[in-house]
Amino acid sequence: MIYNFLLKITGSSIAASFIQSLLPLFLFILPFALFAVLAERKVSAHMQDRLGPMRVGYHGILQTIADILKLLQKEDIVPHDTDKSFFNLAPIIVFVGSYAVFAAIPFSGAFIGANLNLGLFYIIAVSGFVVVGILMAGWSSNNKYSLLGAMRSAAQIISYEIPTILVVVTIIMITGTLNLYTLSEMQTSSFWNWIIFGGPVWGISKFLFIPLMILDFLIIYISTLAEVNRTPFDIPEAESELVAGYHTEYSGMKFAIFFLSEYANMFAVSAIIAAIFFGGFQSPFGYLGNTLGLPWLIPIEQFFWFTAKGLFFVFVQIWLRWTLPRLRVDQLMAVCWKYLIPFAVVDLFLVGLITVL
Amino acid sequence: MSLKTEELVLNMGPQHPSTHGVLRLELTLEGEIIKEVKTHIGYLHRCFEKHAEVMTYPQVIPYVDRIDYLSSMGNEFGYVITVEKLLGIEVPERVHFIRVIMAELQRIASHLVALGTYGVDIGAFTPFLFCFRDREKILSLFEMTCGARLLYNYMWVGGLSHDLHPNFVTQTKEFVKYFRPKVVELNDLLTNNQIFIDRTVNVGILPPETAINYGVSGPNLRASGVKWDIRKIEPYAVYDRFDFEIPVGKGKIGTVGDCWDRYDIRILEMEQSLRIIEQALEQLPDGDVSSAIPRRIRPPVGHAYGRVENSRGEVGYFIISNGTANPFRVKVRAPSFINLGILNELCKGHLVADIVAIIGSIDIVLGEVDR
Amino acid sequence: MMGYFKKGWIALKTIFIGMKVTFKHLFVPAVTIQYPDVKLQLPERERNRLYVNMDDCIGCYQCARACPADCIIIETVKAIPGENLGQTSNGKRKALWVTKFDIDLAKCCYCQLCVFPCPTECIYMTDVYEFSEYYRENLIYDYVTLTPAEREEKKINFANHEKEKAAAKAAAAQKKDSETKKDEKKP
Repeated sequence: MIYNFLLKITGSSIAASFIQSLLPLFLFILPFALFAVLAERKVSAHMQDRLGPMRVGYHGILQTIADILKLLQKEDIVPHDTDKSFFNLAPIIVFVGSYAVFAAIPFSGAFIGANLNLGLFYIIAVSGFVVVGILMAGWSSNNKYSLLGAMRSAAQIISYEIPTILVVVTIIMITGTLNLYTLSEMQTSSFWNWIIFGGPVWGISKFLFIPLMILDFLIIYISTLAEVNRTPFDIPEAESELVAGYHTEYSGMKFAIFFLSEYANMFAVSAIIAAIFFGGFQSPFGYLGNTLGLPWLIPIEQFFWFTAKGLFFVFVQIWLRWTLPRLRVDQLMAVCWKYLIPFAVVDLFLVGLITVL
Repeated sequence: MSLKTEELVLNMGPQHPSTHGVLRLELTLEGEIIKEVKTHIGYLHRCFEKHAEVMTYPQVIPYVDRIDYLSSMGNEFGYVITVEKLLGIEVPERVHFIRVIMAELQRIASHLVALGTYGVDIGAFTPFLFCFRDREKILSLFEMTCGARLLYNYMWVGGLSHDLHPNFVTQTKEFVKYFRPKVVELNDLLTNNQIFIDRTVNVGILPPETAINYGVSGPNLRASGVKWDIRKIEPYAVYDRFDFEIPVGKGKIGTVGDCWDRYDIRILEMEQSLRIIEQALEQLPDGDVSSAIPRRIRPPVGHAYGRVENSRGEVGYFIISNGTANPFRVKVRAPSFINLGILNELCKGHLVADIVAIIGSIDIVLGEVDR
Repeated sequence: MMGYFKKGWIALKTIFIGMKVTFKHLFVPAVTIQYPDVKLQLPERERNRLYVNMDDCIGCYQCARACPADCIIIETVKAIPGENLGQTSNGKRKALWVTKFDIDLAKCCYCQLCVFPCPTECIYMTDVYEFSEYYRENLIYDYVTLTPAEREEKKINFANHEKEKAAAKAAAAQKKDSETKKDEKKP
């Protein structure tokens, strides 16, 4: 719908699709990142019995703007003996890897950046860009600690993509589509149709799916937590061991880009989990627009539900960060290879069995 | 064909977020496994022992505070009973009881810092703030009594500088009641957390014989299974009148003497300190706390060694007097300095990430290591 | 095999218990105060910046002697006879002009050892803790209430008095000397 609207305004399909794909960036991610940084600080503060930022704006609302202004005016320090092109390119690649994912995420019934039939496949492929960016950042920082952090991060992200992919394959077996838009559309009308409760098809298989889907949800949540480098998997940016890991040497706007891409990534994976398991933009019980007879209200409501689910999962990620200690590097790998992957494989097998029968 | 590998020498420099102060470690690594750890200390050396030779006995007490700034009452306790041994004076009962209460409160405060910062080293940021919130209550109890929160100058030779504030007993009883559930909460959050257990169990195992050979004391020794506490072996002040246990590491999860045991011992010791405080508050006699303070402190020629059980181990003071108002020599046996000696033994064969866990579990304070 | 499943289950359980604790704390009101707007009420025995009431100071040097950091510098000048310096608040007669009473608060370790020996209780610790300065010299507090001119005057008075006394002594000695000489000459 928004595509048609833009087409009417600009008259050229290239300009329309260009603007349509830029919309999530400016209208959503940047404000979201501003909001998420503040939310993390305030939520963590309240969990620790303190108040967090209070002085800038009412109860600290404008704190992130002050942070951005500070980062903008900082000196851009580049370490001495490094490959300058890699150093400058790394934050951009990491950001591209995190942001390009948003093209395939259904924000609402009326808006999706690119309605790809390969939605999930595209998402997983593009988020692999982040690994390249991190390795470039670690290598070009000319710092032993950064290199260690970057290596660990690369190993972590690559390993944890496997459980993610296994869960995605399981979903394909149940629903038959990779397109996130169609996936969300399938889970209509009530929360009982959500995939975490077995999917929209009634029958004995639905009830058999429920424990398997809950296990799948846990697996994908944990593995995407590792992909985003959040505690308990934040070895690459561990403050007490490696100062700040692969982004130690970055200052000013480049650091801001790393920061921004981390929060964008957080929301992206939360959005994907919400779209796959929890119905995407569908509301758990009918639409207010339907009852009131205002059809134009529905896309707005859908956007609201989508954002609410995404924010809830982001909140759980923040909650986990401030509760749990950090895993050591070899334990991290052990969790992935010895726990998540076997469970994911068994799950896949069982789901396949049930689907066939 | 074999790969030629080189050992990497990594420097965890004096400025590092988790070396608990200005401690320099030179690690010799093979890949990520540690082969040797060399400690370089002395970045915080403040010449305490030389300084003490030009000051009078009461003037040394503020300096004694600053050796281990996180548990000053313990340091003062040791110094004061040594000088009293030299002088041969007896202090009133009330002074003994108050000293015990202060020392135990200080032990709880110091262990809270140790546990909180250990959590931060492992990556859990929230227990740190919870521990400091509880520590604030103890510090305000101290502030009410002597006016300072960290470096008290409270225990004087022959008595105390101030008597207890009238509200002290009620507020301390409230604190004891407030603190017990907080220990349970801390256990829920950190001690029994599986990730924390994975990080600390079977890491940095200290066998009891090694501990005794190196002269380790305090919670580190007790976590290795050796039941040695100066409060029971050689009771000073009135510790023989209280009923408390010495928690000993049993290897509940993992082996005896690993980092988890050292952590758990401190939590159990905090609970035992609460017991002692309760009993001391019940039995507190009346009296005058400054009646035995001598006007002039001029001990006879001789020497004395006095030791107390501080939160980090055995603090010993060896004071030689030559008959004048200034001590001839004050030697401090600092527990953290001696405990740090086991670092090389403990770290062999572990990963770099474990160093942080091991140093945090030994619980050193650089002020004591360097004096 | 069972240990494998048990470990996974215990891990999840302890994680959820930890999460419950932090979630409960979301609703606990903050224990911190917003400092510059709200300040804590300090207890009465609080040990912060020193204050000296010069009206009561008799210049006995006890506080300077007790200080472990040697941060109190006192200079006194004896009063010439006939000057009345008044009394301290607990009845002692003052006999010395205190011309210099500097406390270097940067060196002070706030140990309170100077407060106890003072016979007139004129030096004590207040609860002022917000006294930071941009220059270290500004932390050397000068408590004497005499103006510099008055301090010079007292010193000069005393020096003159000493000179007169010395001159008088010399004159008396000379007179005695000449008298004994006269006595020797007499018979």
